[in-house]
Amino acid sequence: MNEGLISFLSQFDGHKAFVKMISDFAGTDATSTISFFIYLAACLAVVGVMATIGGLGTYAERKISADLQARQGPNRVGPFGLLQMLADGVKMILKEDIIPSAADKPMFIMAPMLCIVGVFGSLAVVPFSSGFILSDLNVGVFYLLGISSLVGVGIFIGGYSSNSKWSMLGGMRGASQIISYEIPVTLSIIAIVVLSGGMSFGTLIGGQGGFPHEWYILHNPFTFIAFFVYFIGALAETNRAPFDLPEAESELVSGYHTEYTGMRFAFFALAEYIEVFVVCGVAAALFFGGWKVPFDLGTGEAFSALPPIIAKNIGQILQLGSFFTKTLLLYYVVIWIRWTLPRLRVDQLMTLCWKYLTPIALFNLIMIAVWAYAFDGKSMFELFTAMGSGSTGGH
Amino acid sequence: MSSHNLDVYMPILILIGIGIALVFGAILFGKLIRPHNPSRLKEQAYECGEDPVGVAWSNFNVRFYVVSLIFIIFDVESALMFPVASVFKKFNEIGRGGIILCTFIVFVMILVSGVIYCWRKGDLDWVKSFHLNLDESSEKNTQEAS
Repeated sequence: MNEGLISFLSQFDGHKAFVKMISDFAGTDATSTISFFIYLAACLAVVGVMATIGGLGTYAERKISADLQARQGPNRVGPFGLLQMLADGVKMILKEDIIPSAADKPMFIMAPMLCIVGVFGSLAVVPFSSGFILSDLNVGVFYLLGISSLVGVGIFIGGYSSNSKWSMLGGMRGASQIISYEIPVTLSIIAIVVLSGGMSFGTLIGGQGGFPHEWYILHNPFTFIAFFVYFIGALAETNRAPFDLPEAESELVSGYHTEYTGMRFAFFALAEYIEVFVVCGVAAALFFGGWKVPFDLGTGEAFSALPPIIAKNIGQILQLGSFFTKTLLLYYVVIWIRWTLPRLRVDQLMTLCWKYLTPIALFNLIMIAVWAYAFDGKSMFELFTAMGSGSTGGH
Repeated sequence: MSSHNLDVYMPILILIGIGIALVFGAILFGKLIRPHNPSRLKEQAYECGEDPVGVAWSNFNVRFYVVSLIFIIFDVESALMFPVASVFKKFNEIGRGGIILCTFIVFVMILVSGVIYCWRKGDLDWVKSFHLNLDESSEKNTQEAS
């Protein structure tokens, strides 16, 4: 079930005609070449949008924190301070690039790159809409877990290579925190995979509907808990407060990026903000129905009076709206939590992960498997309606 | 269709390429416009304004090592659980849900026993509580003394 970008485009006659024209012109089968250029354009577009969202994330963070603390926030550069991120970017690129003489230079240069590659790689499977997902791999969510671990490696190498005690402590804490919280996150994702019967995002979202009662978060009581386990784990994996121990300002100066200046530091920050978007997007896809729009408006069949190419694209735009609304609401919650809760201590962090979240996630996993077996994968709502109509379904 | 199967991996390579190019490009572009006045003090590692004492690559708390060991066990196990989880629904639909449920529970139980073992051994505590034994032995000593 690969409903990626190319298969969405290839249902239109224009794409087929174009591929045929180029193939005839070149004398060989140009399908892959054309796919490459389409993917290249789409990837550049996604990276551009994501970099903007990352930049706006820093702006939103400062504005929301100002709001929560009854301050003004950035309001000088551009209307409402919206151009603050451009000003920050210009400032960052004008800063001197300092590499400590005692540092491990190749690794020092490689660390921000690993963070960026890990985050950009995970963008390939983020399901923006049913047509606009760069590649709907059949191992989608598994691939995402794998490639986003590169961020943890980048953080650790950044801390290690700086040869500064603050960085070393931050890198160590970051590595242990990220790998620890990966366990509850993975277990919660497996629980959803059990319900949907596949790892690709097309399958995961295909099992849900447009209305809240068709989402996996309200599928049964255990998926409701699984969402919170996932969300707490995701906060910790992206080093967001209250789990920002790797860069705890009051104790570690700035943690793993103490020695980084200018653009190298900017890439760490950019990677963090995009990663928050990615984990929120995955939460929206797994638990909140992803790009599904109520009344199946997303397929474009409701607009059948219009020509199919316009109807389909209206459907896609509605799906994009649905996905981005859910994701950005979760993004707001992440920022809200950061400015509300105090930071944890290292031992509390480990206790929360290993003694609370992991056993809860394991229990959830068994209960969701039992639920899927006992009720044939029916949701609570379906069971209630079945009871209401008097028919005794299931076992 | 078989020729298209590898095409779906194309965006991943492109995105990784864009990531590497972006980092290199931004740093090389910045080289044209940013100042470059290195000095010995700037290139020192930050240690609150003092000269750094020794290197940071020293022996480290062994707790981090134990955490990573526990992680590896759990991560491999959960990676093996993904295939079982993704065929769960299909087995259920063809009426062999009992077998897959048992398989799944066996898989999860291995993890549960791992958690219980680590918990009993005290490896899930950040600071291993050996002062408990000290208290008991000191109590014994006082009892013996009395």
